[in-house]
Amino acid sequence: MIEQTLKHSTTSHTSGLLEPVWAEIVSITPEAEGISTFWIRFTDPAVAATYSFQPGQFNMVYIPGYGEAAISISSSSEDSALIGHTIRFVGNVTRAISRLKVGDVIGIRGPFGSAWPIREMEGHDVIIACGGVGLPPLRPVIYYIMNHREKFGKVYLLYGARTPSDLIFPKEYASWEEANIQVHVTVDRADEDWQGQVGVVPMLFYRFRMDAPNSLVLTCGPEIMIRFVVYEGLARRVQPENIYVSLERNMKCGQGSCGHCQLGPYFICKDGPVFRFDALQPYFNVEEF
Amino acid sequence: MQNEFIFGVNSTVALQKKDFDLLLKKLQELGYEVVGPRVDEQTLRYGQINTMNDLPKGYISKQEAGRFQLIHTGHSRYFDVIPGAQSWKQFLFPSRVELFELNKNAGRWDINRTESHSPAYAFIGVRGCELAAIQIQDKAFIREDFTDPFYQERRERAFLIAVNCSNPAGTCFCASMGTGPRVESGADLILTELDNVFLLKIGSELGRNVLNGLPVESASAFLLQAAERELEQASKKMGRTLDTEDLPELLLENLDAAHWQKINSRCLSCANCTQVCPTCFCWDTVDTMSLNGTETKRERVWDSCFNPGYSYQAGGNTRPTIHSRYRQWLSHKFGTWKVQYGTLGCTGCGRCITWCPAGIDITEEIAALRKEVKK
Repeated sequence: MIEQTLKHSTTSHTSGLLEPVWAEIVSITPEAEGISTFWIRFTDPAVAATYSFQPGQFNMVYIPGYGEAAISISSSSEDSALIGHTIRFVGNVTRAISRLKVGDVIGIRGPFGSAWPIREMEGHDVIIACGGVGLPPLRPVIYYIMNHREKFGKVYLLYGARTPSDLIFPKEYASWEEANIQVHVTVDRADEDWQGQVGVVPMLFYRFRMDAPNSLVLTCGPEIMIRFVVYEGLARRVQPENIYVSLERNMKCGQGSCGHCQLGPYFICKDGPVFRFDALQPYFNVEEF
Repeated sequence: MQNEFIFGVNSTVALQKKDFDLLLKKLQELGYEVVGPRVDEQTLRYGQINTMNDLPKGYISKQEAGRFQLIHTGHSRYFDVIPGAQSWKQFLFPSRVELFELNKNAGRWDINRTESHSPAYAFIGVRGCELAAIQIQDKAFIREDFTDPFYQERRERAFLIAVNCSNPAGTCFCASMGTGPRVESGADLILTELDNVFLLKIGSELGRNVLNGLPVESASAFLLQAAERELEQASKKMGRTLDTEDLPELLLENLDAAHWQKINSRCLSCANCTQVCPTCFCWDTVDTMSLNGTETKRERVWDSCFNPGYSYQAGGNTRPTIHSRYRQWLSHKFGTWKVQYGTLGCTGCGRCITWCPAGIDITEEIAALRKEVKK
């Protein structure tokens, strides 16, 4: 029961123990109320030339004097000229980030963690189900699919936010649909102008007919949403090993050393954040574990 | 010219107790900071040992759940007292260490690395449970994919004199965990204390070099037999036992057991158990900035899974209740630790029992869980 079914990625680290490399903020894109994307470039050209990551991985973003926050990378893994972090301003560190301007310098350690199963997805249908700021860690997957569209079967994006103004990257949905990705969007609460779906993300599974034996489900978002996305997938007989979940926990090191992000036998920073669901299954319904 | 030192690794030699200072002096001359148990502020702490008079001669400790008592009996033994709250962890994995400092110059931050080299420590009197704890922390800090440079530097340079434990205390259960009271290997020298002599088993080439030139003699069969008898008796003095059968499964397959809820009314979530535990390795980072915002210091400090902030993140606290934190600690120690590092995270030293202000006893908690599951 406690056997490991772990995915390990092997990407080179840019720095040693908690020592960051520096990156300059090149531009800031406001995405929604309290959410912006920070585009950064490493100040050391040698670092910029060698830095690479896989979709789903994250960086520890450091603001001197405030500390670090684990932030997933939301830009294309095939274009690392600028690295994008889409950040919701919600804690001490991210609120400090919200006060930064173009030209300011931040510290970066990473990339850390496991990646979305790009290879396993090839030749299959892909359902990407996410909520709120669960979309940024999946945007690199969307970009990868767009760049290599022929490798994948049908692709569905199921995305939801609290209100229409909380939806992020709305201007990109049309280009995603042009790339033959079905985009289904929902909001918890509509406003006067909203013409689309109202309801939670798992309900979007009822908007299309899936070829379950041939599908992979990728999900990231609030834990309660993940739970019901997984149920909807399992209910349609998607196998647990074809469901991938990205999790979040308090993290300090990113290297499976500080202990904070443990979930059962796993260090989410190192063994995750992307897990195959069958690896999580024994601990998934244990409260406060 | 010195005579050739004829004793090899794995051989056991005898050193008269009065000559032990020569060994300490040799270590000091070699540049080691010699640390060991000493009576300090009415308890037993680990600190600098200049001469053997600093060692707790004539003391024993009486330990029960939530209770530590140092007793002076006046006997002739130096190593008969089971240690207090401190462990060697504080030297290899200090509770606070500076990672780096940053200075702001023209909008850019310059890193000043802390160039302080740690001292080379010589540990005097590492017990079997403590040696096992060091070996368990080795697995957490020195991994194939990640090595902690602060720990590694201290660990590699440390000289270990282990001691065979002949007088276990009431909260000890190392025999159950298979870590003591006897030390087989893993130290540079392994000491057994008899009335007038110390027997020293040479555990490494380094240990052999340190003994070279000291007035040691071959240990006679009589002395070896006497040492053997001491250790056999020691196992019987063990105050507690723990049934280790299928421990990871017991914990991880019963995460919803009713027993966990019963912890809520007793555990204070004070984190004492994790701070005294010689294997607990969790740490946090602390940033301290100068008032003018131009200098900042980043430090690493011990953390505990019992601290509310430990599992706090923007979305809330993953483990808001005390029993969920206790379950995390226990299921890590006796369950998931095995998956992560191939060994249990407990060595049976008993510190978490002794230093729990509520007297919670992990051996009893495991037994109670076992009982509930069997029903």
